[in-house]
Amino acid sequence: MEYHQTDGSRRIAIDPISRVEGHGKITLLLDADNHVHEARLHIVEFRGFEKFIQGRPYTEVPYFVQRLCGICPVSHHLAAAKAVDQLVGVDELTPTATKLRRLLHFGQVLQSHALHFFHLSSPDFLFGFGSDMAHRNIVGVLEDYPDIGLKGIKLRKYGQQVIAAIAGKRIHGAATVPGGMNKTLSNDERKALLVDVADIITWSQDAVTLNETIHLQHPENHAFATMPTNYVGMVGTQGEMELYHGGLRARRADGSDIFDQFDYTQYNAAIREEVRNWSYMKFPYLTTLGKENGWYRVGPLARVNLCDSIPTPLAEAARVRFRAFANGAYVHDTLAFHWARMIEMLYCAEAIQALLHDPEIMGTDLVVTGEKRREGIGVIEAPRGTLFHHYQVDEQGLVEKANLIVSTTSNNHAMNESVRSVANHYLDGQEITEGLLNHLEVAVRAYDPCLSCATHALGKMPLQVELVSHDGQLLSRVSKNIDGSIGCELD
Amino acid sequence: MSHTLFIDGLEIPFAPGQTIMDAALAAGIYIPHLCHKPGLTPHGSCKLCTVDVDGRSAAACTLPATAGMKVDNHTPALQEVRKTLVQMLFVEGNHLCPTCSKTGDCTLQALGYHFGMLDGHFPPFYPLREIDASHPDIVLDRDRCVLCELCVRASREQDGKNVFAIGGRGAASHLIVNSPSGKLGDSDLTLDDAAAHICPVGAILPKNHGHEIPIGRRTFDLHSVTEADVAHVGLQKTEHHDE
Repeated sequence: MEYHQTDGSRRIAIDPISRVEGHGKITLLLDADNHVHEARLHIVEFRGFEKFIQGRPYTEVPYFVQRLCGICPVSHHLAAAKAVDQLVGVDELTPTATKLRRLLHFGQVLQSHALHFFHLSSPDFLFGFGSDMAHRNIVGVLEDYPDIGLKGIKLRKYGQQVIAAIAGKRIHGAATVPGGMNKTLSNDERKALLVDVADIITWSQDAVTLNETIHLQHPENHAFATMPTNYVGMVGTQGEMELYHGGLRARRADGSDIFDQFDYTQYNAAIREEVRNWSYMKFPYLTTLGKENGWYRVGPLARVNLCDSIPTPLAEAARVRFRAFANGAYVHDTLAFHWARMIEMLYCAEAIQALLHDPEIMGTDLVVTGEKRREGIGVIEAPRGTLFHHYQVDEQGLVEKANLIVSTTSNNHAMNESVRSVANHYLDGQEITEGLLNHLEVAVRAYDPCLSCATHALGKMPLQVELVSHDGQLLSRVSKNIDGSIGCELD
Repeated sequence: MSHTLFIDGLEIPFAPGQTIMDAALAAGIYIPHLCHKPGLTPHGSCKLCTVDVDGRSAAACTLPATAGMKVDNHTPALQEVRKTLVQMLFVEGNHLCPTCSKTGDCTLQALGYHFGMLDGHFPPFYPLREIDASHPDIVLDRDRCVLCELCVRASREQDGKNVFAIGGRGAASHLIVNSPSGKLGDSDLTLDDAAAHICPVGAILPKNHGHEIPIGRRTFDLHSVTEADVAHVGLQKTEHHDE
């Protein structure tokens, strides 16, 4: 779309770009004194999955929804598969099928976390938020810190290998069937994955140490976009970290319970979604706390805060250090998302090793059958947070209704708050530069939002910052285009 | 007079009454095809087996072989025409391979790969077609139907039931079901019928089954579409689905 301004300039907007995962827009509203009055992160993409799977056979659902994402397709695949299990009357899979799904999921979380830190976020921390944009990317990391960069690439590759061994492909494979899995893990595949797993654990430990060090040595990072919030995540029956199947735990910023061991099939009673007219992304909130106070954060920071322990020893030791940073209270530092994310990556690496040594992982009993039902709700802890998939089917097995609450949606309000916080602190009264723009991106990036998955790579997330006066007049717009170029208008 | 013909200059034998396709399959020569299946009456509708016979275009699956016939089959021009035909089949329906449980076992998909098809070329029709999930064991998804009539012929000639037919005309042609309501659930189609398994695409599929064959073990992971016996491989595989 092209607009001609009265001063002769023009602006061209492609908005929204359809069917992409990585288009964000930030607007700032200034009051009469040019102070930031309001800051908003707009998600201007519309996907429509909930609508166009209506009328399709339920068996196709896990394969439709995994196309939501190229980074975390396994999470959508598994959340939908868990719902489909219920549709065919299966509440518990065979031990082998459950373990294969867990192994698949650990591979997924490991590769996604490695990708996010090393490929997308590490340049911010290794070079500085406002450093030269041309160098602030994974290529720059490989040039200046080849050891760190290569480990990151190998970590991600290993996670992808785990996925490929189970699903047949690294991205968008085929693993689940109603009530189980479609393939055993052969001994050759198991042995191939065991070859590198010790290195993967060591490198994950290194990644935890790197993030721990960065966060501890940069006190200015502690308050960056930070705010005390409610947290939501899944935990196991003993309160331990659990990414595949467990009860929901929600706690306030001070650690007090909102609910615990909550049956996720009743999620509708605990979480509602609000629609706002300026974003395609909904705003979920905890019903008991209401719209104003019920917003919450999900993802690595939430999970490492919420769990009472992590089942593997090295990750548990890292968790204890993480919590000690806040003297045992919850860590609210938004940039500590990265630290928590690496602790989870270490957990995944250790859990993969344990599962590969589990005799049942090579079992052949893969599918359970049951009596058909009309409704299924699958919930999983995806890399970015709690992921809800809810389906209703008609008597012929065609989807009637679908509701997905994806992790990034749950962090919507928090990301907006973080953007507002950074805008107030760093941009207030300043002329906007690319370096300052990146501060806003760093705040959003901490959440590893799915909107950045596709185009955020190599620091080229398309982004717009608009300065709007209190009477609604557009004062200035700075755009970072997909090719990384910066454009200013109305200056 | 000897009973031989020439395909791309190669002399091959034929028995009286055989079509060019019959003779080629017997000799291990691949002529692309979608609507042809040995044992069923040739139909000649998909036109992928179009060959040049003594300078004229003809469907290899319907034209009887004659002595001395000179057939051009594997020529760049014909391959290009066949690719265009496959592209047209794709854009006329709604073929979403990633979600279809026939992916990897689908002859249309395999032909797309075989001809190096990288896009649909033509604007997609996005037709609105009715899915019929009324049968307890079988789903009829017209989005994927290519009107090859293999199910029509299998039901009539092998199952003796006449469950399917093509109704409508031109672009509105569609698969119809022979039952009082027009629904598959009211027909006498059963899961052990040949017609329930013969679909070369994902239009007729066993119900309640997902992607059961792992990637790497599907028909066209293991076999080329050019293998003469691939039709039988496909049938064996679909039977495995229902074990």
